[in-house]
Amino acid sequence: MSELWWGIIAVSFGCYLLKLAGLAVPEHILEHPFTVRAAALIPVGLLAALVAVQTFSTGTQLVLDARLAGLAMAAFLLWRNVSFLPMLIAAAATTALVRLFW
Amino acid sequence: MSESTDRQVKADSLGVGLGVGLYGISFGALATTGGLSVAQACALSLLAFTGASQFAFLGVIVAGGTATAGALTAVLLGARNTFYAISLAPILRVRGLRRFTTAHLVIDESTAMALTRPTVHQSKLGFYWTGLSIFIIWNLMTFVGAVAGNAIGDPKAIGLDAAVAAAFLGLLWPRLDTATTRWLAFIAGAVALGLVPVTPAGAPIIVGGLLAVAIGLVIGKSAAQVGDE
Repeated sequence: MSELWWGIIAVSFGCYLLKLAGLAVPEHILEHPFTVRAAALIPVGLLAALVAVQTFSTGTQLVLDARLAGLAMAAFLLWRNVSFLPMLIAAAATTALVRLFW
Repeated sequence: MSESTDRQVKADSLGVGLGVGLYGISFGALATTGGLSVAQACALSLLAFTGASQFAFLGVIVAGGTATAGALTAVLLGARNTFYAISLAPILRVRGLRRFTTAHLVIDESTAMALTRPTVHQSKLGFYWTGLSIFIIWNLMTFVGAVAGNAIGDPKAIGLDAAVAAAFLGLLWPRLDTATTRWLAFIAGAVALGLVPVTPAGAPIIVGGLLAVAIGLVIGKSAAQVGDE
């Protein structure tokens, strides 16, 4: 089996066990202020890093290209409370148009 | 809210289920244009079933990272579901086999639709109707998107690489509600970019992300106060 499949199995098991742990493990073991705060911060850190890497890099190189225009469009639409799917489509279209005309 | 009937709770839940489930189409399309097979995209939606983690795994793979780095990022993101489950446990009170099936439905939206209800009965309704409707629609739409994605020749020509970044921004956006989280997000992004040229793909995301978490924990109490502003 390919490395990708093993990764998918690991993600599936890991994510499921994390959900199950919350229902099965006694509350006081997990609900420490430190762990609660860490759990709230992890999505902020990882998602922000993912946004940056996905926008400004290709492989191991930093690049500035049409993706930035798409991200700016996404940020504007999120600020205007546009919902997820139209926002994604507008971001993709913006980048595609910039690539077409530059 | 206390006036809402069971029917309204079900209708609200189905509305959220439809809205959220639909963007399974974007996950499916981005997965196959990013190099996953249709089966792999569908397996992730069926078995992992937690959107942010699925997008994160995909993002690391698309950026050229290893499956291990992708899995690590995805599982770290999934840790928040543990705390959702802790909040839900006293409401749902599930035992035995039921616990194993219920656990799978613990995600951002099912939790939100359960915890905002005035009674235990309506919380359960909100949780199961939201969770099940998202599960069904998310998986169907993943398949549709994955098949459609396979038909797209050059994903960059239609800007799909920017859509991946936009998806992460969309998931991050509601969490940027305090000055502290905005600063930590900026630090995470800046550190990750600084590491891009000098570390293997995938590593900048984990290191940048976790460094921001560590800073957030160290400034601890003062940050909590700023966060309450």
